[in-house]
Amino acid sequence: MTSANARPAPAPAPAGPARPKPAPPTGAPVQVTGAQSLVRSLEEVGCEVVFGIPGGTILPAYDPLLDSRKVRHVLVRHEQGAGHAATGYAQATGRVGVCMATSGPGATNLVTPLADANMDSVPVVAITGQQTRGLIGTDAFQEADICGITQPVTKHNFLVTDPADIPRTIAEAFHLASTGRPGPVLVDIPKDVLQETTSFAWPPEMKLPGYRPTSRPHGKQVREAARMISAARRPVLYVGGGVLKAEAVAQLRDLVDLTGIPVVTTLMARGAFPDSHPLHLGMPGMHGTVSAVTAMQRADLLIALGARFDDRVTGRLSSFAPEAQVIHADIDPAEISKNRRADVPIVGDCREVIVDLLDALRDEFDHGGRADLAPWRAQVANWQQRFPLGYEWPADGTLSPQYVIERIGALVGPDAVYTAGVGQHQMWAAQFIRYESPRSWINSGGLGTMGYAVPAAMGAKMGRPDTEVWAIDGDGCFQMTNQELATCAIEGIPIKVAVINNGNLGMVRQWQSLFYSERYSNTDLGTHKHRIPDFVQLGEALGCAAFRCESREEVDATITSALEINDRPVVLDFVVGKDAQVWPMIGPGAGNDEVQAARGIRPDFDESDV
Amino acid sequence: MSRHTLSVLVENKPGVLARVAGLFSRRGFNIESLAVGETEYPHISRMTIVVAVDELPLEQVTKQLNKLVNVIKIVELDPVASVQRELLLVKVRADATVRTQVLETVQLFRAKVVDVAPEAVTVEATGTADKLDALLRMLEPYGVREMVRSGMVALGRGARSITASAVR
Repeated sequence: MTSANARPAPAPAPAGPARPKPAPPTGAPVQVTGAQSLVRSLEEVGCEVVFGIPGGTILPAYDPLLDSRKVRHVLVRHEQGAGHAATGYAQATGRVGVCMATSGPGATNLVTPLADANMDSVPVVAITGQQTRGLIGTDAFQEADICGITQPVTKHNFLVTDPADIPRTIAEAFHLASTGRPGPVLVDIPKDVLQETTSFAWPPEMKLPGYRPTSRPHGKQVREAARMISAARRPVLYVGGGVLKAEAVAQLRDLVDLTGIPVVTTLMARGAFPDSHPLHLGMPGMHGTVSAVTAMQRADLLIALGARFDDRVTGRLSSFAPEAQVIHADIDPAEISKNRRADVPIVGDCREVIVDLLDALRDEFDHGGRADLAPWRAQVANWQQRFPLGYEWPADGTLSPQYVIERIGALVGPDAVYTAGVGQHQMWAAQFIRYESPRSWINSGGLGTMGYAVPAAMGAKMGRPDTEVWAIDGDGCFQMTNQELATCAIEGIPIKVAVINNGNLGMVRQWQSLFYSERYSNTDLGTHKHRIPDFVQLGEALGCAAFRCESREEVDATITSALEINDRPVVLDFVVGKDAQVWPMIGPGAGNDEVQAARGIRPDFDESDV
Repeated sequence: MSRHTLSVLVENKPGVLARVAGLFSRRGFNIESLAVGETEYPHISRMTIVVAVDELPLEQVTKQLNKLVNVIKIVELDPVASVQRELLLVKVRADATVRTQVLETVQLFRAKVVDVAPEAVTVEATGTADKLDALLRMLEPYGVREMVRSGMVALGRGARSITASAVR
């Protein structure tokens, strides 16, 4: 299919010229080229969309792709966009995201999104062209050892040297990407392997003798966890992205209903538990709520579900949750006791763990009794009430970025998907938008990849075309990947982009304010001072509707007008004050007891606080 | 830090050694020695890796190794419950004046002379690292021209086989 034709709306199977294609019975081998084998394999494995850019060595694959009725290719403008789009698609749908690039620079441009997907455990398959087998190792044109390069940032990768291996390799790549702890897998295919004639049969037999992820938790460990939970007086459920990956949201809800234990959701788990629930304390960590941070610090038991005790959550590790015993459930055994020693380690899929835990807890409550959590819940509710999230309007009369994001959340609502870049706007989007359902919040948590929002939103919208998708972006981030708006405009992917334009690399500026004596080295982007670029003109040039908003009075109307446009992408340039800061904050290297509710303001815990 | 011997069964495929070595370096673990070769199953290779780490990091490195898709099985070999051997080839200066003394030392260590030249002999010895160190100390005064050590290989004692259980 060509990508030059405008499409009215994203559809998985575009109407193209119907070409007759032989359809032999399943399982019977047929003669095909390696490239045809690749496309057939992608069809069989259920891939409906590929984000990519053709080039010299991947060219053979693009020929049969033109004929595919099942796989839609979205021609992006930069391979990084393809990679993040695949991630956004995967995070929004739970299915494997797929991106494709040519050898050399095409492949190396995928490195950042692959590293990003690796850190956030996102199921992505990348397919790259490679130089002809005979030229590998000779520094040929556009040759890069992409398997070597991506080894540390992928779950696994393959160099296919025999066209007969293509179906098995694609099946294995999708299996590896989507099972166990999900992650990115790269498949590198030399050009002559794509051109050679081979036979295709499906399904192939996978050969992965070293890959046996544990999903069933150990019964003894689960019972031990149940005993510990029933005895705990100050327990906290520390919920990470693994709960979303395991589709365990309903089970988590049951667990909270049964136990009445307060919940914190990490940056990767926003949406795993409704923000409207009274026992939800919000996000923990460096910019977490005072109640979430303090509850963990004072807890006598942390029940970590699919979370990995990241440094942004724990602060100084030696003073993190000093009185807490730890139950740590994760599908990846290497995460357990990596940073914080677990008293009860449970290796398994979060959903299976919670289901088993529910049974064990009911049994424990019936026979062993349970500690009274009412005082703890009252204590936690008291912190929630005394230290809510908040912000002050800038003293210089400029627009408050937090207000803009809060209003987007309120007007667009909890059924939308929100993506974010990295920085202040990301933290505010995590704090001030209320998430009620899974896969409604998509961001770059582990790697912290600026420029993630726009391509991720593009991928999310492709996966869920009927859902409103908003990219909350910063002016710094937006300038890294906005080229994909051209893709969105041409391919009919009507996302909304709210640029929280404070004219600066805001989070870096915040750190310069706090830790570098307000010496603002290289953080002013000039997007205020010079209005370069003019985001409205830029948005329009990229085929989007674009509006600017500079005052509080215009905020709601601007958001509403964007909501009325669905035939093309929309860019909103919210010109906001540059001095707004993300609070609460725990300074770098500090312990979580040193949380500040606002600049220089420690929460005034009183005698009655545990 | 204590020394640990890991016996790692891996798929015999190109690039696996790089994956294992890369994992050690990027997670900040130092390999003391590493020896690789085919097993009785041609599609499986065995790596014997000696690392000097404490107990907790060892657990982490083992778990990370296990996550490599090409790694089939990892067993830590206890020195007491395993046979551990290393091969040494050493070229020692040995002209007519000292040759007899060199050969005597070689015999004491049950080593073998595998090449002779007018000015030097090449000695082959196997044993534990300690034994080879001792042999080298004895030979050093004559002048070591060059030497190579294979890195340790090891097998658990008794009838049990870790490969047999891995291919099942």
